[in-house]
Amino acid sequence: MTETTLLHLTIDNLLIRHPYANDFFSLLGLPCEARHLTVEAFFSSLSDERLNDLGLLREQLEPRLRAFISQMEDLRSESLPTLQNVTLCGGRDKDGRPEDIRLELHPGDVVSVVGPTGSGKSRLLADVECLAQGDTPSGRRLLIDGNAPDENLWLGGEQRLVAQLSQNMNFVMDVSVREFLSLHAESRLVEDIDVAVGQIFSTAVLLAGEPFKLETPVTALSGGQSRALMIADVACLSASPIVLIDEIENAGVDRRQALDLLVKQEKIVLLATHDPLLALLGQRRLVIRNGGIADIIETSDSERALLQRLNRFDRKFAELRDCVRQGKRLDFDLGDFLADCLPHAEQGFLD
Amino acid sequence: MKLVTVAGPPSCGKTSVILRLTETLSKVGSRLGVIKFDCLSSEDEHRYNRAGIPVKLGLAGGLCPDHFFVANIEEGVRWGQRQGFDLLVCESAGLCNRCSPHIRGVLAVCVVDNLSGVHTPAKIGPMLKTADVVVITKGDVVSQAEREVFAFRIKQVNPRAAVVPMNGLTGQGSLMLERHLRTAPETPDLEGVRLRFSMPAALCSYCLGETRIGPDCQIGNIKTMDFS
Ligand SMILES: Nc1ncnc2c1ncn2[C@@H]1O[C@H](COP(=O)(O)OP(=O)(O)OP(=O)(O)O)[C@@H](O)[C@H]1O
Ligand SMILES: Nc1nc2c(ncn2[C@@H]2O[C@H](COP(=O)(O)OP(=O)(O)O)[C@@H](O)[C@H]2O)c(=O)[nH]1
Ligand SMILES: [Mg+2]
Ligand SMILES: [Mg+2]
Ligand SMILES: [Zn+2]
Ligand SMILES: [Zn+2]
Repeated sequence: MTETTLLHLTIDNLLIRHPYANDFFSLLGLPCEARHLTVEAFFSSLSDERLNDLGLLREQLEPRLRAFISQMEDLRSESLPTLQNVTLCGGRDKDGRPEDIRLELHPGDVVSVVGPTGSGKSRLLADVECLAQGDTPSGRRLLIDGNAPDENLWLGGEQRLVAQLSQNMNFVMDVSVREFLSLHAESRLVEDIDVAVGQIFSTAVLLAGEPFKLETPVTALSGGQSRALMIADVACLSASPIVLIDEIENAGVDRRQALDLLVKQEKIVLLATHDPLLALLGQRRLVIRNGGIADIIETSDSERALLQRLNRFDRKFAELRDCVRQGKRLDFDLGDFLADCLPHAEQGFLD
Repeated sequence: MKLVTVAGPPSCGKTSVILRLTETLSKVGSRLGVIKFDCLSSEDEHRYNRAGIPVKLGLAGGLCPDHFFVANIEEGVRWGQRQGFDLLVCESAGLCNRCSPHIRGVLAVCVVDNLSGVHTPAKIGPMLKTADVVVITKGDVVSQAEREVFAFRIKQVNPRAAVVPMNGLTGQGSLMLERHLRTAPETPDLEGVRLRFSMPAALCSYCLGETRIGPDCQIGNIKTMDFS
């Protein structure tokens, strides 16, 4: 739109073309009732005193509105960041020894990151988060579709490539689940907010196991429910094609379903974990030692088969957790209890 | 010497951000100094001292800290020049939402934190609205959705600023802030330079120390609410 046409639109017409422009006026503290006025006439109708009170300069109103509109257009879902692949180029370990690795990841890939405490799992995730260019302690570099990320885009505030979930993230907004999801959907400029909210909510409840309501305040959700809501939200609403998960083991969510959900949304998932059941969910696992990737293990068919059986044990342990929660005694024969997990031949080792 | 104004609400992470930034900058051999403007007292002086960063502390006492800032910054820049800094950072607590220390032609950074809530960006005045770079801290403790909503709200109230998420504890993100600082213009002195936004004189009898309540005691710039 040229310089003059925007100013000569009536506010009504401006809002028809750019419905979100309503926020421009309300956020600046300039709610506009006289919508038949042109933008120019509205701006001139504001007294110097009022503008001064609001911390605004008259000559900046129009450039601000223009910048606001172009910002919102950029953020519209059409211009979602997309990518074909991400390449992780090795750097060096904590002793400066080169990390000879070039790892290409594609949408739908799930990679576990394993290693002892302090080995550098979180460092690796942080390198991906900031799309390191040899400028972090590890010296790693990340390429997006084969190239270094566009510096101007990145410096300008485009950080939507990577979403993160970790154990110490909490909800701090004092709103209900419904309001929370609506706020997020609005910020993503989603057209049908109610549909989006309903979809994420039902997914979250499915993952959480224990039901909660749309009217529940987000700060009142249990740890597991919060984590479930965060995962469902990242999967369905976040624009980011890369998702980093740092230790969500004890969260009490259905982890298998959670990962399936992220994979279905074509996310690239990196998952730092100490939990064998989670680690085996990845198609590959990166073994970190002394700050460097020491090995890459493809999950084998026999590991996958084992995972199925280990999951049965996991469900048994979930039963035990339930017993404890419900205040019951753990009073049973272990062999009987585990009978459906183990073929008879293996039961010997329990004695 | 480059000058940069760093402003933001109390405890949003300004000092942490500056300290993490200096760790990045000292690696490339940059000499950096800090002037800290505050109201009554400040621990920050010790934090900078401990990190080996030359620092001057200015306490505004009963004045608006931003008014105090304008009255002293020119001399501050001369101090920085004498010390031979490559970069002089002015940290000021945005205690007065109406005033702002940002100066035309000087890189303006506003720090806000994710914990302050999604309605905060709309409430902060020119300090945020006229900034070139907005640093968002404390993303490590809130959900992805809250980070996204918060950044969105910032972009709405200041669509022209670059938004830089940064962790004040680990320094994650400080490299991006450093790259913005590299583009900052040189500020040899502040002669003839203007503020980005006027600071209201707003002098009423209470600004001048009046403590009694009542219309007889009010002189000057008085604004009344409508309670009818
Ligand atoms: N390649 C490297 N070069 C230099 N420092 C490194 C490297 N990798 C990791 N570090 C540093 O080692 C420390 C420990 O790493 P990190 O926190 O990532 O461990 P972790 O594997 O996540 O441990 P935990 O299981 O306890 O969470 C960090 O300070 C990190 O920056
Ligand atoms: N979790 C977290 N805490 C932070 C972060 N940045 C700063 N803090 C903490 O917030 C508090 C206030 O920080 P400080 O730098 O003194 O804020 P200032 O008053 O703006 O200078 C301190 O306890 C910091 O450790 C961050 O990114 N994440
Ligand atoms: Mg870790
Ligand atoms: Mg401080
Ligand atoms: Zn003031
Ligand atoms: Zn006063």
